[in-house]
Amino acid sequence: MSSVLYDVPGPKARRLSRIVSIVGVIFILGLVALLISALAAPRVAVNGNVTPSLLDPSRWDIFSDVQLWIGLGKGIWNTLRMAIVAAVLALVIGVLFCFGRTSETPWVRVPTTVLLEFFRGIPVLLLMLFTLLVFGIGAYWAGVAGLAIYNGAIIGEALRAGIRSLPRGQRESGLAIGLTPVQTRLKIEFPQAFRQMLPIIIAQLVVLLKDTSLAYVISYPEVLRYVMTYLKNYYGSGYQFSLFAVVLAVYLAINLTLSWLARVVARRTAAGRKQKGRLETVGPVVPLYPDAGGSGSGGGAIL
Amino acid sequence: MDAIIEYFPTFLQGFGRTLALLVLSGISALVLGVIVAAMRISPVASLRGFATVYTELVRNTPLTLILFFFCVLLPALGSPANYFGLAVFGLTVYTSPFFAEAIRSGINGVPIGQAEAARSIGLGFGQTLRLVVMPQALRMVVPPLINVFIALTKNTSVAGGFFVIEIFGSAGVVINERGDEVIAILLAVACFYLIITVPLGFIAGRIEKRVAILR
Amino acid sequence: MRLKKSLLISAIALTGVLALSACTNSAAPEAEVTPEAEVSFDEGTTMAALNEAGTITIGTKFDQPLFGLAGPTGDPEGFDVEIGKLIAAKLGIAADKIEWVETQSKNREPYLQSGQVDLVIATYTINDARKEVVSFAGPYYEAGQDILVLAGNPDKIEGVEDLAGKNVCSVTGSTSEKNLVEAGATVLPAAGYSDCLEPLRSGAVVAVSTDNVILAGLADQNEGEFEVVNNPFTAEPYGIGLALEDDTFRAWINDTLTDSYDDGTWADAWEATAGKVLDLPDPPAVDNYTR
Repeated sequence: MSSVLYDVPGPKARRLSRIVSIVGVIFILGLVALLISALAAPRVAVNGNVTPSLLDPSRWDIFSDVQLWIGLGKGIWNTLRMAIVAAVLALVIGVLFCFGRTSETPWVRVPTTVLLEFFRGIPVLLLMLFTLLVFGIGAYWAGVAGLAIYNGAIIGEALRAGIRSLPRGQRESGLAIGLTPVQTRLKIEFPQAFRQMLPIIIAQLVVLLKDTSLAYVISYPEVLRYVMTYLKNYYGSGYQFSLFAVVLAVYLAINLTLSWLARVVARRTAAGRKQKGRLETVGPVVPLYPDAGGSGSGGGAIL
Repeated sequence: MDAIIEYFPTFLQGFGRTLALLVLSGISALVLGVIVAAMRISPVASLRGFATVYTELVRNTPLTLILFFFCVLLPALGSPANYFGLAVFGLTVYTSPFFAEAIRSGINGVPIGQAEAARSIGLGFGQTLRLVVMPQALRMVVPPLINVFIALTKNTSVAGGFFVIEIFGSAGVVINERGDEVIAILLAVACFYLIITVPLGFIAGRIEKRVAILR
Repeated sequence: MRLKKSLLISAIALTGVLALSACTNSAAPEAEVTPEAEVSFDEGTTMAALNEAGTITIGTKFDQPLFGLAGPTGDPEGFDVEIGKLIAAKLGIAADKIEWVETQSKNREPYLQSGQVDLVIATYTINDARKEVVSFAGPYYEAGQDILVLAGNPDKIEGVEDLAGKNVCSVTGSTSEKNLVEAGATVLPAAGYSDCLEPLRSGAVVAVSTDNVILAGLADQNEGEFEVVNNPFTAEPYGIGLALEDDTFRAWINDTLTDSYDDGTWADAWEATAGKVLDLPDPPAVDNYTR
């Protein structure tokens, strides 16, 4: 594996690399062993009261309850339900925001910019809570609205960066063949911008899925709240570590699948094609910016 | 409105906590992000692997679970229970992959001739990174770095569920006292967040112009 | 080897069966309430409207053991839930027609003000500041703030005076937290009461303090690890929250509550839920205050 940054390793470098690898692996294994031994030790409270260790079967016996797994499935479904609808709405809102932001007329552009900055600047938690309390539309729609508006603002900015990176000729030729500015935007610029920013947009949708966990503040029973609050309170706080492990596994499974999907899509679209003169040749090429030197606040997947 | 005036000290205290979380986590995450980015492109295969696994794991975990790990699981396993420090730790770990990815894209954007020239005058890997590539890469990705910073500002609100009272938690306290002015209180908290994020957005452009590399 | 393996498998199966049966035992403790068949109310009252609609929306807690706790099925159980079923029954609404909504401290008043819920029965303490925004029927139970410590009381906490200058855990923004700050304790704010148990186990705090019924529920769930000091230092009357201006409804609920004290249904509701852990108290007198 060669790269501009370092020569093809010779024997000394290879030996050094191997030593570093071995030391690193031993270090990591040591940490893992430490963690496991800490988990397996019986829990001693300050008053000397000893309870079983975290790996003890008594801490995991609730998972034989079928009701728990059914409920977990319901929680996952709730999460996916909110994420899918919010994702679709976020895309629509993103397109609208982008339109408004790049509009020629100032009385459309300026309010859109203000709104955009406002929605990007406040936490999703606050947005959800605010929507719930002010509009009274129920927890599900408040959560969807909060997620859609926030991620729509970010996707809108990403699309704007995409449009700015297009060659000017695209817009000019669109106008030249008689399309109105709006039509040019819709038919010529947006599809290209979309395709170019697709990795960023999909990454943002992964973030959206993670952010459904923030719906706990509006009492929506998505899977994190379901497991870490309802189930924990129902079965007792002794089970919270087992429940944590399960819900972590669930999230990792769902998100890693989505990220892998995002990478597959990125590889297949234009933005994924290897560009010349890249410094690093390791790892999948996921450029966060088509024009890395360009300014503008369109960004990579923002948490 | 009077609820906000009456409880302004509470808000200020929460705001101070938010700022403290933001500054400490932000700087640590940036440093950690630079290290992880360097590991991603290093010649040692195990370091590359570790950095990739770390990035994938952390990016795909919700912040709530990471904070649970640091603020509940670790103290239960015997670490000292300084909840503020643990929350900073958790936020740092969560934000670092995003910084690392932004920096890596900056590294991608540095023209390859720079690295070739550095190598041709005999600089090693570490020196090339430190003296030639990283300074340019960091300068090129100022807007995305600021974006990550802004997102971190908002993520501090999640720490409010883990024994740290920052401004979102303070809002909960005041709402419980004055249930009649919930909307006003939430708007006030939104303003506090905007006080941080909007200027950050403005200075992003300024900083970028200042440190831009003219070619 | 085979014997050991089959022993292990049967041990796991036995644990599973026991766990399953334990779970089914704890599912749905209920007192039997049948809805009134023939009830009529005056025109234009909330009672008539609810009776017409055949359904009522009640806000309750989903995360308080003994009072309002939602299990894997998603339906809440507890004393607050039973009181809600009692009132719905007197309105002619069956228990399964009640729509339960989770209310947290932040949204109890907004939900009532906007009409998203008809009643709030959620360990809702009556106080004067809240009376400006919503009306309270009841109280239907009188709790008191108490202290939870590790079993054996190693720090010898006997009352709230002993907490001055010590670390105590409570929930952010609750009345309990305020009382603790006034008593001079350093409060570690948590998101939920059960989150306070880990700091207590590890010694980060010396006590957890909130209403005694919540503490009793926590102590019960974690057998033998904790004990309640049993020295309540405040009075927390739990009331039923409803819309501010609805005096007819409030009077009707108060009458219904008083009836339930007399005919034993209140005691039945207690025995079926919180009574499993706590003794049956005397019902508090309802407060028919004028606005």
